[in-house]
Amino acid sequence: MSSVLFFIAAAGAIAGAIGVVVLRDPFYSVLALVGHLLALAVLFLLLRAEFVAAVQVVVYAGAIMVLYVFVVAYVGESASSLGERLPVPRYGVRSGPTGGAGLPAPRRGVRLGAALLGGGVLIELFIALLGSGLKAIGGHGAPYSPGPNAYGTPAYIGNLLLTRFLLVFEIASFLLLIAAVGAVVLARRRGGLGDRAAIDRQESIVPLDFTRPRGTGTMAEGVTGLDFAATHARAGANGGEDGEARPDGQLQPATVGGGGEPPDGERRNGEGGW
Amino acid sequence: VSIAWYLAVSAIVFALGAVGVMTRRNPLVVLLCLELMLNGANLALIAFARMWGNGDGQVLAIVVMTVAACEVCIGLGMIVAIYRRQLPLDVDELRELQG
Repeated sequence: MSSVLFFIAAAGAIAGAIGVVVLRDPFYSVLALVGHLLALAVLFLLLRAEFVAAVQVVVYAGAIMVLYVFVVAYVGESASSLGERLPVPRYGVRSGPTGGAGLPAPRRGVRLGAALLGGGVLIELFIALLGSGLKAIGGHGAPYSPGPNAYGTPAYIGNLLLTRFLLVFEIASFLLLIAAVGAVVLARRRGGLGDRAAIDRQESIVPLDFTRPRGTGTMAEGVTGLDFAATHARAGANGGEDGEARPDGQLQPATVGGGGEPPDGERRNGEGGW
Repeated sequence: VSIAWYLAVSAIVFALGAVGVMTRRNPLVVLLCLELMLNGANLALIAFARMWGNGDGQVLAIVVMTVAACEVCIGLGMIVAIYRRQLPLDVDELRELQG
C-alpha cells in the first residue's frame, strides 16, 4: 500500500516539476507547483514527517502560492506574453515573435547548454546520494513506534525547535520580519523616499504626521500621491476629473508612481506635479 | 520503499528546477523553479532524517521553508517594483548591474 502511494506521489511530484519548467503561462506554472507541493506533502507523510507535511500544505501550497497567484494576476498579460517570445536585442536578433522551434540561435544554445548542465547535475546528484555507500540508504529507515510524542509529530518538532534549535528558531523569525519590511519597501506605490520635494512642499504639519510620517507608503498616499493637499486642490480645479474612470476603462490614479513615465504625459506636463 | 527511492525523486526534482532556472526568462517562473530546487533539498533532508530516526533534518526542512517564504516575499516585491517601473519582465533584459 505504502509503495503504491509512494509511486503515485512521486509521479505527481515529478510531473508537477516538469509542468513548472515547461508550461508557458506562468499561471499554469503556479498551478503545477501547487500540485507538486501536494504530492511532496504525501511523500513527507510517507516519511513520517507529519508536521512538516501539514506545514507544507498549509503554508506553502496555501499561503505562498496564493501570493504567487496574486502577483501573476497583477503583472498579468505582460508576464504571460513574455514567456520565451521576446526578441533578444543583446545578440542583435530582432526576430519578432518566435515559437519554441524558431528561437534565435543563441537561445537554442542556452537551452541545449541548460539541458546538458541539468543532466550533469542529475547524474552528479545520483552519484552523490545513491552511490554514497551508506548502508542504511537501502533500508526503510530507523525503527518507528507510534505514540503522542513519536518522531515527526508536532510535539516532537516543537520540543526540538524550542530547546535544541531555539537560536535557529529566533533567527528564522527575525529573518521573516526583515523580509516583510523589505517587501513593503520594495513594492509600495511611490518610488521610495526619494521624492523629498513633495514631502518638503507640505506647508502645515498635522498631528497624524507624527504617528504616520509622510512618504511611508500608506494607503492614502497610494491612492492620492504624496502631495495630498495639492492633489486635492487640483482635483477641485479640474472639476473632479482626476481619479475618474478614463474613457478606455482604466481607472487612473490621480498621480502615478515615482518611477516610469506617466501614461498621459502630455496632458499633465504643464502642471509640474512631479 | 527504501530511502534511496526518495533520494532519487529529490535529485530529479532538483535537476528539473535547475534546468528551469537556467532556461526560463520570466523572473516569476525563475522563482518558481527556485522553489522546486528548495523542495528537492527538503525532500532529501526529510528522507535522511527518516533514515537516522533523528528530527534535526525535519527542523532544518522547516527552516528552509522559512527562507523560501522570505525569498518569495522579496522576489515578488522586486517583480512588482520592476513592473511598476515599466521595465521588461525578463531576466535577460535586466542586466544593468552587469557592468
